[in-house]
Amino acid sequence: MLVPFLYALRAEKVPVGTQEILALAEALKKELHGYSLLGFYHVAKSLLVHSEKHLDAFDRTFSRVFHGIESQREELSKNLFDWLENPVPFLDDETRKMIENLDPDELQRLFEERLKEQNERHDGGNKWIGTGGSSPFGHSGAKQVGYRVGGQGRHRSAIKVAGERRYQGYRSDQTLDIRQMSVALKRLRAFERAGQEEELDLDATVYETARNAGELEVVLRPPRRHNTRVILLMDIGGSMTPFSRLVSQLFSAASKAAHFKEFKSYYFHNCIYSNVFTDINLYQRFPIARLMQECRRDYKLIVVGDALMAPYELMSPKGAIFFDHEETRTGIECLKEMRDHFHRAVWLNPEPKKWWPNTTIETVASIFPMYNLTLDGLQDAVAFLMRQQNAPPPTL
Amino acid sequence: MTQTFNQFQGTQSYLTNDSLEAAVNCAIALERPLLLKGEPGTGKTLLAEAISEALQKPLLRWHVKSTTKAQDGLYVYDTVQRLYDARFGDGDVKDIKNYIRLGPLGEAFSASERVVLLIDEVDKADVEFPNDLLNELDRMRFFITETREEVVAQQRPIVLITSNNEKELPDAFLRRCVFHFIDFPDEDLMRQIVEVHHPGLDKKLLSQAMQIFYKLRNVDHFRKKPSTSELIDWLSALTSAGVKKIEWGANLPFSGTLLKKEQDVQIFDALMERSRNWRP
Repeated sequence: MLVPFLYALRAEKVPVGTQEILALAEALKKELHGYSLLGFYHVAKSLLVHSEKHLDAFDRTFSRVFHGIESQREELSKNLFDWLENPVPFLDDETRKMIENLDPDELQRLFEERLKEQNERHDGGNKWIGTGGSSPFGHSGAKQVGYRVGGQGRHRSAIKVAGERRYQGYRSDQTLDIRQMSVALKRLRAFERAGQEEELDLDATVYETARNAGELEVVLRPPRRHNTRVILLMDIGGSMTPFSRLVSQLFSAASKAAHFKEFKSYYFHNCIYSNVFTDINLYQRFPIARLMQECRRDYKLIVVGDALMAPYELMSPKGAIFFDHEETRTGIECLKEMRDHFHRAVWLNPEPKKWWPNTTIETVASIFPMYNLTLDGLQDAVAFLMRQQNAPPPTL
Repeated sequence: MTQTFNQFQGTQSYLTNDSLEAAVNCAIALERPLLLKGEPGTGKTLLAEAISEALQKPLLRWHVKSTTKAQDGLYVYDTVQRLYDARFGDGDVKDIKNYIRLGPLGEAFSASERVVLLIDEVDKADVEFPNDLLNELDRMRFFITETREEVVAQQRPIVLITSNNEKELPDAFLRRCVFHFIDFPDEDLMRQIVEVHHPGLDKKLLSQAMQIFYKLRNVDHFRKKPSTSELIDWLSALTSAGVKKIEWGANLPFSGTLLKKEQDVQIFDALMERSRNWRP
């Protein structure tokens, strides 16, 4: 039961592994779940899920895998809970003997029989079932209906709880809001000691003082400063119009990020040719040659665009649709030049991944490492930008 | 149950639910750290106090700041003090032990009884911070290089870690934790929570306040939605000022306790402006 559940979770991209299943097994051995499915749900959730973005996937998988297990009993227990508000705490000897002599199957059979006969609350029935459920015998009755009765009066079934899908809002494959984006961008940072020496280097001071036979020798060093420089290139207009809100969110998250030493942003339309633009109306030209001259190779380049265009717009020098300017190079050449200049460059694409194959997106993705503009994609992109060594680009 | 646990079931002033109790009891029984996430103001930090109160264990706090290093939690070797003492002849300079100061984690390990250790806002620190603590939290022991002594936990402390999601935590760290996400309480639970903090509050005022509170929470675009602690503060302000009746409107009394960001106040004002123009 457990192992298939784990694999079902893995299929939903909830990262669970050996460590989690061992922890869960240990918890079950220690009876933390109290022999109820709801208890199991809570225990499993707290041990198998490590981030709120997986809670929704967990809930969905749980209700799929365990669906039906308690459904036939739901009806029974629902009424029972009403009867059992005040369980009778003590067993009389006769009842105790009777219960001890029953094997679990017999107990369940009798139990259900009794329930069928019992159409309303009356003392005798209540007492028998009530004590059966909430007494220590609840243990042996755990696999039976009895345990469902013995719950602590918080009458929600695990399947129902899981089925509510309250964590949908935290799913990470949904596209994001500014806050989430800035959290993701926060990882795009690096430190460097440069500039004025104004911070006390305690260790060196102690060392030098000791070397100096106890006479104080103060050592200063430059403070640690953020050292990430970022260029954001945004595709606007045309097929990007549906995503304009998303792109502007990314822009505001990036431009407000306090941890970039420098942040530059430019616009382009459709594809990058010899020029990008400094204004959103695409009037002010800015040659990419100058961009590459001004920006050292360690700038992180982030291109946002759908990379979706007619093939000639990418492959032909006549592809650029700005008629007032003679274009001599193809879009793909310019893209390659940009990619080669910067150590680290990524392309964020708001188009859902399933539309990528067999379009110009595929071609562009062969030049730029391309990620989906979702929380997961952005995180992966940032991780790629931060990696020191040459990492392989993502697979399509 | 074959074994008795320190079953945590909330306290008089801290209301829990099944899910949270299961997570806490799991963490206690499995001796793993409990990682708490959730909106600010849903009582992550208070849970540590509640556990400490319910189980009658002392509480140690470690408030993490952006400059906190993992080493600070274990111990600090006070070199400067030692140099200073050496120069002026104070204290026993020969014994290096006098200059080893245990951090909160170190104290929790060396305590003779089981303690509750709160590592508050772990995401404030550098991204590498949780990774640096992995081994210590896992094995509950560490080595003091200077004295060549090993501090081993006699009783594994109950460790609570809170995070506000400012930084993602490393996977290896997450795998070792029991995780719980504190939901925003629904209206019923909220009433109970308010009842705990303001017993015998005027029914009419409460229902008006709740209505306005949930209306505010449903306004999109707020950067910081008001949460439980804001509601409780607001009710305190209202009762101590003797306000008997409140209405949804531009001059909402003490709105500063609910909306804490300037942008949010502006959004609220704009909303009021629009609704005023809307009505004929």
